[in-house]
Amino acid sequence: MATTEVERRRGQLAALAIAAVVIIVGVPLWWRTTETYRAWLPVSQINELAKLQLQLSADVEVVFARGTLTPEQQKKVPLTQTQDEEHRVDEDTALRYRYETRYRTATIMEEDALNQPTAAEADLSLHTLSESPCGSLVVYVIPESSSLLRQDVDVYIGQRRTALLRIGSPMRVGRTLEQLLAHMEPRMKQVLQVMSFSNTDITAALSDRVRVSPGNKGSIADSMRAFKSSPGYEITFSLLNPDPKSHRLHWDIEGAVQTYIQPLLTKLAPVANFSIDSQTLYYAVLGVNPRFDSSRSAYTLNADSLAHVINPVEARLGSNAASSNPVLNFLLYVPDAHHSPLYINDRKKQEVPSNAFHSPRWGGIMVYNVNAFYGLDAVFPVDININMAKVMGVFLAQLRLLLGVQSSTPPPGFQVAACGSAGLADWELDRLMWSRSVENVATATTTITSLAQLLDQIGNIVINDNIAQQVSSAVTSLQLAVAELEAGNLGFALQYSKEAILASERAFFDPSLLHLLYFPDDQKFAIYIPLFLPMCVPILLSLLKIVSEARQKRREKQAKKD
Amino acid sequence: MLALCASQLTAILDMNLLAFSSRNYIKHDNAGQFFSSGHTNNWAVLVCTSRFWFNYRHVANTLSVYRSVKRLGIPDSHIVLMLADDMACNHRNPKPATVFSHKNMELNVYGDDVEVDYRGYEVTVENFLRVLTGRLPPSTPRSKRLLSDDRSNILIYLTGHGGNGFLKFQDSEEISNVELADAFEQMWQKRRYNELLFIIDTCQGASMYERFYSPNLMALASSQVGEDSLSHQPDLAIGVHLMDRYTFYLLEFLEDIHPASKTNMNDLFKVCPKSQCVSTPGHRTDLFLRDPGSVLITDFFGSVRKVEITMETINLTDPINSFR
Repeated sequence: MATTEVERRRGQLAALAIAAVVIIVGVPLWWRTTETYRAWLPVSQINELAKLQLQLSADVEVVFARGTLTPEQQKKVPLTQTQDEEHRVDEDTALRYRYETRYRTATIMEEDALNQPTAAEADLSLHTLSESPCGSLVVYVIPESSSLLRQDVDVYIGQRRTALLRIGSPMRVGRTLEQLLAHMEPRMKQVLQVMSFSNTDITAALSDRVRVSPGNKGSIADSMRAFKSSPGYEITFSLLNPDPKSHRLHWDIEGAVQTYIQPLLTKLAPVANFSIDSQTLYYAVLGVNPRFDSSRSAYTLNADSLAHVINPVEARLGSNAASSNPVLNFLLYVPDAHHSPLYINDRKKQEVPSNAFHSPRWGGIMVYNVNAFYGLDAVFPVDININMAKVMGVFLAQLRLLLGVQSSTPPPGFQVAACGSAGLADWELDRLMWSRSVENVATATTTITSLAQLLDQIGNIVINDNIAQQVSSAVTSLQLAVAELEAGNLGFALQYSKEAILASERAFFDPSLLHLLYFPDDQKFAIYIPLFLPMCVPILLSLLKIVSEARQKRREKQAKKD
Repeated sequence: MLALCASQLTAILDMNLLAFSSRNYIKHDNAGQFFSSGHTNNWAVLVCTSRFWFNYRHVANTLSVYRSVKRLGIPDSHIVLMLADDMACNHRNPKPATVFSHKNMELNVYGDDVEVDYRGYEVTVENFLRVLTGRLPPSTPRSKRLLSDDRSNILIYLTGHGGNGFLKFQDSEEISNVELADAFEQMWQKRRYNELLFIIDTCQGASMYERFYSPNLMALASSQVGEDSLSHQPDLAIGVHLMDRYTFYLLEFLEDIHPASKTNMNDLFKVCPKSQCVSTPGHRTDLFLRDPGSVLITDFFGSVRKVEITMETINLTDPINSFR
């Protein structure tokens, strides 16, 4: 009797011990070993970034030349004003534009500079006096009597960061400074929109966050034409010679790139890195047959057929396999001797002066006719030196378009100076930097927030430490970029926004984030049941038996007591 | 004669004088016509998921779509071709270096210039998802990447053996429709496509697009859930079935398309009706923003470039002193 009791007791203890080990040691061990490693992410900061409040600040200095202010107006100057303009793009994104305007009168040296014969020379001498930092503007207000501007032009926008604005005589404009400023207000607004940032450009730069339906076809075309912001670009110049038997072409591409293209790219260095290469392709033909136009005794290509020119050529263009940067292709096509000269017609069958066309986000093609360089009695092959200045003039213009430097038509009464030796005016660079910073910030915030959302939704993706570190550094850079934009430090803002984009892209596209672990719930049960059920059934049954015996004993004790 | 001289003289428009005059600053010739579809480049991801000689028809399917897409203009640099097995150079192929689509052997879809990006055992679910989402190791060359942007139209074609909600890869693993839908959503989050056309030729193919939830996706499948996609015809000389019915009639349809044609998607939906295909092809357009009748076949299968005339040039005759 006693031995069975001891046996039973031993059995109960064994069952309880096993159950204890399973529950206290086994379950936590199983949990720990099957959980995925997820490093900590700054989720709250990321959620804050999802609601983007961008403030763009520009410093404007307005300098009144002699003859624009009455003496009593002059007493009120120097003066500082701050103007704010708010725009709500959608429920998550809001923009504020702040202009800090300082008004002052011109110094003697500036007056001398403004006395030059032409606006361009005035611009040059004003530049030698002082250099405006990145992101700021100076507007010189000149009297009606000034001869710097033509009759129909009120505003001249220079090559650097200055503009000349002509106003009417003080008698007509108004007595007080406030009236004068109110009179100048619409023109000033236009100048600011052309030279620094305009709402349409900034909203277009936010296209990653906000799918804005643009107003007109022109702005759709603008947004599709320029390449998206990228840390680097590759530019390839190709010379296509379909007829080497007739033409032996020489082009000094290295010299031309060094002289004409490199200054522009050096100026654009804060925006992106560029790598340039060039090649010559022989026996490369356009995929379209040109038509002979007897009225001009030349071959013509219609605008309609231009779209089909690019594909057969592109198949033969190599690409630099080492990087994943976007490629801009510039092709120079010299027609063969039998199809020369070759002209491009636009939709109205008019000849195109540049004889070139470009394709959005791809590059440009120029047709260079060489039949004028030799007569009918030439000995083939003819040596031809290509006029690189003419060619680069076209390619540089196309490059500006494709990089997004070109912008909308200036308002009436504006005269914009030529872009200078680098091919890029300072204020154009500022514009590009504003829109690129905003675009980078928008893209980086979208990337980070969607990454956080993705990692939240899919529970079994492993988040390594390096990804968490990239995300944290992206968040920090974004916060810094937004702060610098608010302070008006354009250069730093662009730099931080580039760092943010690099970090966020590296985090999002990390190869370790791929999950193939989609398990529907029934598959999870199918895996665990054969493992755990055979083990758990005896434990459960013995526990139940222990419990029922204990209850029975207690009932017997109760009965004995009674 | 005079016109010729004048045109050469005015060959360069001076950037100096950009005053707003009758000359347009940026002239968009019929910008509306060119930019209605919203895409600037085309990509294609063509995948054959089956190996072994008796699955010859799946490789032939993929190669026919590859051939059509190349013929209509998409360059090899924009096509990611994944073939799980090599049929053209298979030891059992009585006609080496060829893959035929029809028993008359009139069309060798292998061609002379095929570029296979992922071959043999490289075609796995993991690599396919990596290509779609862009999560490739940094050492991957350009030709193996899908470098699309927010203005790319992408065509994705899958063929192989499938079932209700899954597609079999290499006879050893599967991709489920949920994973595919999630991959497309990640592509959308990162704006890796403008519009996406998904075509699948497998048994019960319609189940693969049931779970899509990202915008701008259009899907076609060769059969509904519960139906099998059948092969077209065997060739006694080669000894296997050469193509699947749906892709055979799709190829026939695409052979009539040329780069300038205006055929739209509604015609594509009519390809291979039940009388020819035995299975019922299905399609899904509810996630697509545009009306299928306004979507051209060449928007996905071809690569018609948008073109603008360059109206301005920069006067560079005097580079050092070009500012005046």
